[in-house]
Amino acid sequence: MIKHFLNLEWKQYFRSSYWQKNMAMNILLVFFALYFVVIFLALGFGLLPILKKVYPEQDPFVVANGFIFFWIIGDLMMRFFLQKLPVMSVKPLLTLPIKRSIVVNFVLGKSALSFFNFLPLFAIIPFSIMLIGNGYETSMVLTWMFTMIIIILIINFLNFIIEAFSAETELSFLPLIVVIGTLYGLDYFGIVSMTTLIGDALIGIANNPIFILIPLAFLATCYSFNFKLLKDKLFLDSSLKSKVTEVKAADLSWTKRFGDIAPFMQLDLKLIWRNKRTKSSVFIMIIGLLYGLFFYPQPLYREMVWMFPFIGIFVTGIFLINFGQFIPAWDSAYYKLLMSQNIKYEQYLRSKFILMTISVVIMFVLSIPYVYFGWKILLAHFAAAIYNIGVNSHVILYGGSFNRKKIDLSQRAAFNYQGTGAVQWIIGLPLMLLPMLIFAIVNWLIGFEAGIATLIILGVLGVVFHKKLMRMITKRYLDSKYKMIDAFSQDN
Amino acid sequence: MIYTKDLSKTYNGTTVLNIEDLNIPKGQSFGLVGNNGAGKTTYFSLLLDLIKPTTGNITNNSVVVDKSEDWKPFTSSFIDESFLIGYLTPEEYFYFIGDLRGQNKADVDALTSKFEDFFNGEIIGKKKYLRDLSKGNQKKAGIVAALIGNPEVIILDEPFANLDPTTQIRLKQILKNLAEKQGVTVLVSSHDLMHVTDVCERIVVLEKGDVIKDLETNPTTLKELEAHFSGSMSASQEEE
Repeated sequence: MIKHFLNLEWKQYFRSSYWQKNMAMNILLVFFALYFVVIFLALGFGLLPILKKVYPEQDPFVVANGFIFFWIIGDLMMRFFLQKLPVMSVKPLLTLPIKRSIVVNFVLGKSALSFFNFLPLFAIIPFSIMLIGNGYETSMVLTWMFTMIIIILIINFLNFIIEAFSAETELSFLPLIVVIGTLYGLDYFGIVSMTTLIGDALIGIANNPIFILIPLAFLATCYSFNFKLLKDKLFLDSSLKSKVTEVKAADLSWTKRFGDIAPFMQLDLKLIWRNKRTKSSVFIMIIGLLYGLFFYPQPLYREMVWMFPFIGIFVTGIFLINFGQFIPAWDSAYYKLLMSQNIKYEQYLRSKFILMTISVVIMFVLSIPYVYFGWKILLAHFAAAIYNIGVNSHVILYGGSFNRKKIDLSQRAAFNYQGTGAVQWIIGLPLMLLPMLIFAIVNWLIGFEAGIATLIILGVLGVVFHKKLMRMITKRYLDSKYKMIDAFSQDN
Repeated sequence: MIYTKDLSKTYNGTTVLNIEDLNIPKGQSFGLVGNNGAGKTTYFSLLLDLIKPTTGNITNNSVVVDKSEDWKPFTSSFIDESFLIGYLTPEEYFYFIGDLRGQNKADVDALTSKFEDFFNGEIIGKKKYLRDLSKGNQKKAGIVAALIGNPEVIILDEPFANLDPTTQIRLKQILKNLAEKQGVTVLVSSHDLMHVTDVCERIVVLEKGDVIKDLETNPTTLKELEAHFSGSMSASQEEE
């Protein structure tokens, strides 16, 4: 049975139009994976000497275990945004003579083979080797290593439980924030010192291998909880018996002032508000807005002026990047309708453009309080906002014409909780890195004001040539019309 | 009204549609029948410029459909559920289509109120999203949306499938009215020979992409069609 599943998986992956048409993206992903592998390897081999140097009078093994708590928290956050439960289209399997438990076990088992689970091994195994090489007892180090592997798997399954809860409810990121916040809060306010607790526990297990049963039991609990969650979902009626939600229609007549693109604006606003997938990009805006707080409070970063535009682009453009890169795939489900209706492509695209512009303006206004950390930051954010409107918005619209991946807004695929993966963030990177690079060079050659001016000029140029650029982009969309219709009508 | 010249569509060397010459005059109700894979949906997709013809072209009211978009204002269609926007209510969907076709809310309301019978009280005012409706009700909404804005050409792919018997009969009445009284060119495809012969003045049979029969509907047409399709069935059995 497993053999059949593997066969299906293989075909699904390699026969999807997405894979065949996105070789470049795949290569980029592999490149990123290799990059992280190298980083983790370096960490694994370098950790012991570094710890010895930084904490000369402490046992480096104990110090390392003290950091495990932060790693768990960080890993959990990373996974929530980047890792999703492997999707398997189960509907065709339900009527075949296959036990439901086999399907569920397969999906869960497959998730254990995720790259996210292998990555830490590249650090843990070299670190263990170094420990043994430095005279630590082999049996103890091996027990520690196995405990770490169990912890990785616990994080893996814990993440899916959190994702399941955020998908069930309309709370979006709340479950994650509650879990992480509680853990971190307990530690930070010294109520329960999680860092030492987990550190001591790990050392305890390493010294008394019998205690490894505790994390094992925890893993088993997480697994069986996931098993139960998924098995309950494995009935047709959970996807067929749609939760019929009563429609709460908002008054969108204010969009009329945008003239002939008003119908599209209304459609887009409804699209965003009535689908889980798009709704979460609104919540991401809040996270994006707070992103600056990671950097600006620390004097170290406040010195790095060249970073400001990067953060500015991110803060003011988070919606643009998040929403924009799936244009026109948001409308993929009814793309044929749009193509046969009495519409002008340019109006359709202009509606998206205006939506993104409005979001940039709103985000900039909301980010004004960052002026508290210095007027340079405000100036950099302003330049970044102009750049976003003038350059990035057009770039992302243009990039959309290469979009060949359908988005299933209704999320009928049984296990699809989030539908956003690592790919999404990689596409966003050049949009943020390029202006940072431009600014950094001018800033270095001439000065801060010149750098800001360069970004603003680029943005204004984009706005000035807006009509011309839009015509070019529209032409590009028209040229790839048939290909897009074809790709959007395929299921994978 | 709709003139097809030397049209063919080839996928990887297999020709799925090949029509040398087909002229559909204005106000005709035109039926397309054929077994699966005969090329019905391919023809409609070409007519709506959703796929690119390999050779030839279709002219809709003297507009070449793959060259200009000017056929869109007077042509409307419902091919399948992918023509519906799932997260809208039926009313919102009608208004959206109305907006695109230059109809205000009052115009759209006036039109949809004529279809209260057809909707059977299950579409309007239910505060449900289109994605939550049953297949049959989705189809009803899609068909009525295709009638918004006084189109001159209406294209419906398999309009009778998934509908209950009462609605099928009502739909036939609506389609007949459109062609006879309002001079609308109606193109439908169907697997149900009885329904097409009831509705259409002219029926074209496609087989493996070729036009093999072009009939004016008369009382013997249904018999002729039934004979043809049972004949092609026994012929294919002989081949095996």
